Amino acid sequence: MVDAATGAAGISVGARRPSLHKLFQRKSTIAFLMALPLILLISLLVVYPAFYSLHLATLNKSMERFVGLGNFEFLFKRQTFWMVVEQSVLFAVTAVVFKALIGFFVAHFVHAIPSKGQRKWRGMLLVPWVIPPAMSTLAWFWLFDPSYSAFNWIFTKVGLGTIPFLGDAYWARFSVILVNVWFGAPFFMIMYLAALKSVPEQLYEAAAIDGASWWQRLWYVTLPMMRNIISITVLFSLIVTFANFDIVRVLTAGGPIDQTHVFATWAFKLGIESGDIPLGACVSLFMLPILGLSAVFILRDINKRGNEA
Amino acid sequence: MASIAATAGGPTRPVRYGSISRNRRRALIWSYVFLVIFAVFFLLPPVYMLITSLKTSQEISAATNPWWVFNPTLQNYIELLSSNQYLTFFRNSALISIIVVTVTMLISVPAAFALARMKFWGSATLATGVFLTYLIPETLLFIPLFKTFAYVYEYTGIQLINNWWVLIVIYPTLTVPFCTWIMIGYFASIPKELDEAALIDGASYIQTLTKIFIPVALPGIIAATIFAFTVSWAQFLYPLAFTTSTDQLVLPVGIITTLIKGDVYNWGQVMTGALLGAAPPLIIYAFLMDYYIAGLTAGATKG
Repeated sequence: MVDAATGAAGISVGARRPSLHKLFQRKSTIAFLMALPLILLISLLVVYPAFYSLHLATLNKSMERFVGLGNFEFLFKRQTFWMVVEQSVLFAVTAVVFKALIGFFVAHFVHAIPSKGQRKWRGMLLVPWVIPPAMSTLAWFWLFDPSYSAFNWIFTKVGLGTIPFLGDAYWARFSVILVNVWFGAPFFMIMYLAALKSVPEQLYEAAAIDGASWWQRLWYVTLPMMRNIISITVLFSLIVTFANFDIVRVLTAGGPIDQTHVFATWAFKLGIESGDIPLGACVSLFMLPILGLSAVFILRDINKRGNEA
Repeated sequence: MASIAATAGGPTRPVRYGSISRNRRRALIWSYVFLVIFAVFFLLPPVYMLITSLKTSQEISAATNPWWVFNPTLQNYIELLSSNQYLTFFRNSALISIIVVTVTMLISVPAAFALARMKFWGSATLATGVFLTYLIPETLLFIPLFKTFAYVYEYTGIQLINNWWVLIVIYPTLTVPFCTWIMIGYFASIPKELDEAALIDGASYIQTLTKIFIPVALPGIIAATIFAFTVSWAQFLYPLAFTTSTDQLVLPVGIITTLIKGDVYNWGQVMTGALLGAAPPLIIYAFLMDYYIAGLTAGATKG
């Protein structure tokens, strides 16, 4: 580690004798050059558009005049906007809770069976996560089809009525959440399974000797050991689900009568399809608070782990 | 869990042994019951895709048992695979994904090496920044990007909108941050003694990267490659917003905008198209499952 130790000294020496050749030989310069494409990519195509959307949100529809917070004022007066806020929160929170619960229990079931068969089950159960969501949502769309629904065929056979999965506002909300849970739960399962495997066996043995029940072992051993991974997965998923586009777009496209729009699909409808770019930018900005909040928590977690190491 | 209970119960009296093994059996049976239920739930849509793809339009509209194929046919597959339009979508998707994967690796592997091993001014901040960029969803960026592309056309005359190759420019924003992040994790786990030895032997930094870090971290690189490929293959929002003519579309958008025509739903073909479109990631997953899962879990468990 001689090199790293002298790295700081090298910089000051180099600064005193500015020779271009030396500069390019220096470790920090080489490192910077190696990271340069990454820096350019992030600043040009992520950071710049993110700030540009802040600017866009303050313009009028034809993007010639600065209107300040006029777009926000306009949005706050629209009933559809509040409906979208409500649906986005409902969609994200419900979906994440169910994904986490299903993922947690399925991970336990996989963990409980002999390790010989675990690979096979794990492989099967992760399939929803592997299929591109736009394609698998098409399959759900066809399963929910108003006249040929395969679910309704079963329901009629067993004597239940048909369900308007995508026609009725409440059922449509249920359907988009169901599809999102279907798509995301396997990811939770895989993460929790990895976490379960990292819990030392001795803890369970000690708990079993102390006479802990299944439930007590879960509550006092498994959960505390998995706390970190549970919180980080939930935060991740909250961000991704809150910003979800594919599933809602393909399944309902926001309908019936805008009842299932989330921020992303409504922003797309306003900004790209209706051509009101500033208003669309404005709507998409409402995804920022949840993003910032999650980022704070995740950063705190990273720093904490960094200090422990 | 149950197996642990049994091993813990092992050394105690044989009287208790029986009840624990009975408990264990019961827990095992319940686990299998629930696993079967969830497997049915998770595999239902892909299986139904397959069922529908083997049917003729007549059978679909006849409203017979939708869960069974009475006259299996490969007609849908033949039609799609001989349709130029579908093959164009497939080609666009494949080209874009392969180029994006290459570009991603060329950007993120050196950057991750620099961030993990060679410190420079602001490198720690940059590493955190990379992670934060991964959290910024594409749904926040597509509107400003759309407007930026319009400006680029105004000033330079380069038409970016409605060209499939523009996706090659944007997709790395989705893949590079995560790939860099997990590569930083993999590189950081390589013992320092290895690269010190190489440096003492007179290897340059580039040689250390290509001769030591890349071979040692190969599993990580494979995982990152798979991630980059599946993300570019599945991306739906950017192509939907930026491409419109049928010869510029990629698979997910192409299937949805061209195969679903108004109210005349040709569901056999739609499902075939979707299934074939889902095939490349599924095949990669089937063969490289362990790398795929390693990449998934690396994001949150490393770093």
